[in-house]
Amino acid sequence: MQLNMRKVKEFIVEKLILICGLASIFFVILIFIFLAKEGISVFKSVSPFKFLFGKSWYPISEPPQLGILPLILGSLLVTLGAAIISVPIGIACAVYIAEVAPQKVKEILKSGIELLAAIPSVVLGFIGMVTLVPWVKSVFHLPTGLTALSGSIMLAFMAMPTIVSIAEDALYSVPKNYKEGALALGATHWQTIYRVLLPAASSGIVAAVMLGIGRVIGETMAVMMITGNSAVIPNTILQPVRTLTATIAAEMGEVVVGSEHYFALFAIGIVLFVISFAINVTADLFLHKRK
Amino acid sequence: MSKFRIVNLNVWFGGVHSLREVNLEVQANEILSVIGPSNSGKTTFIRMLNRLNELQLNFRMAGDLNLDSVSINKIDVEELRRRVGMVFALPLPLPLSIFDNVAYGPRMQGVINKNKLKEIVESCLKQAYLWDEVKDRLDISAFKLSGGQQQRLCIARTLAVEPEVILFDEPCSGLDPISTAKVEEAMLKLKQRYTIVLVTNNVKQAARVGDRTAFFLNGELIEVDQTDKIFTAPGDQRTDDYISGKFG
Repeated sequence: MQLNMRKVKEFIVEKLILICGLASIFFVILIFIFLAKEGISVFKSVSPFKFLFGKSWYPISEPPQLGILPLILGSLLVTLGAAIISVPIGIACAVYIAEVAPQKVKEILKSGIELLAAIPSVVLGFIGMVTLVPWVKSVFHLPTGLTALSGSIMLAFMAMPTIVSIAEDALYSVPKNYKEGALALGATHWQTIYRVLLPAASSGIVAAVMLGIGRVIGETMAVMMITGNSAVIPNTILQPVRTLTATIAAEMGEVVVGSEHYFALFAIGIVLFVISFAINVTADLFLHKRK
Repeated sequence: MSKFRIVNLNVWFGGVHSLREVNLEVQANEILSVIGPSNSGKTTFIRMLNRLNELQLNFRMAGDLNLDSVSINKIDVEELRRRVGMVFALPLPLPLSIFDNVAYGPRMQGVINKNKLKEIVESCLKQAYLWDEVKDRLDISAFKLSGGQQQRLCIARTLAVEPEVILFDEPCSGLDPISTAKVEEAMLKLKQRYTIVLVTNNVKQAARVGDRTAFFLNGELIEVDQTDKIFTAPGDQRTDDYISGKFG
């Protein structure tokens, strides 16, 4: 009897855990189905090609023009700019923390970076709006400081904590023997870092960069506040742009449910989903290669 | 001629006194075997000779350590480590091809001429008794080699930097007897051109290859003498107990 009770308990716990495990996958699938169902309807009125590569986004004109190329380019431009700023600084910072910094400085820097990750994006956006935007405006003599560049700089700050902490982790987990082996051959500290530690940690570092970029491309609040939100194809990084995420966030509140515009916003969601899925899978591939 | 002259060497890691008042000379072109149980300070001792201990936290030392009559603290540390090469307990190939592993050191010193590099790689692999086994597949990853081959590759890599002294830190601890024999053969051959300090847990290995043998216990150098003498008529009872297997 006693034994039976135990078995029943065991059974219940096991199934409960199973359900919890399945729930996460279940929700992802549900979200995807919902996105797909709503989003694909837009292709009844616009061809997928025209949707992805159409040059104008005038969703409330008559008839609506639903080309998201300016939005895709806006997202890519801001992301690229953020990556160019945050990747070198982030990796250098990780190398400094993992290899060069004395113990005390290391701890201070690490908690500083964790703190940076803890700042809500709306606060960063707000600070960017009152400090960075006027600065960009006056330095480049622009009519407005709400540009892709401002967005890139702001987002670089948001990508950095991810890049630094994962890259630092990758560097730290390089076997200590490698370092000693290189030093014992007469390599300088920098040669050891550059030729042994960085290559040995490279897959982890690539994963760090991908996850950082993933964070940037999905970011909404800060970019909406400081990139200017004009849906035109940008010629330079000093022009206002509008990203995929900001478009959804800004327009979803006012759209007529069931209209083409409404479905188009869902289709943008699909595009975003595909992009961040691809980035995450790439990051995962590199992380697993490491093991 | 003495290569290393060590006078009153003391080493601490934090509060732990790891080496006490060690006085020792290493002669040029000899193999000095260093034996002793674990925690006896023998690894700390050879890692002093290329200043690798400095990487540890809370390291402190006192005493003199001279290489060719110059204090090693006065020699540029990278220069010292080029002159005093080291082979580690675990074979430690870099994640590169066989060729690139051996060429790593010379390249770091700025040798870029392809033919010159090929020459260096061939001669070093020959000296490490590995050439015949790998000459047709120099471009495969070093990880594809067996443990014994990897260890000889590491010896070749150390040789490529043209050191004067080679430190072996338990080089055969992970190897089978046949691979061990090959590494020992390489060491005996290398003695003609290099000075060798060999730390080993294998007392018989010390007897086979060492010209002189030093016995460490609890951070102290108990005695150092010709290998024959240590193994037949040691001056200290503790040495006798250790080599006859009463403890350790």
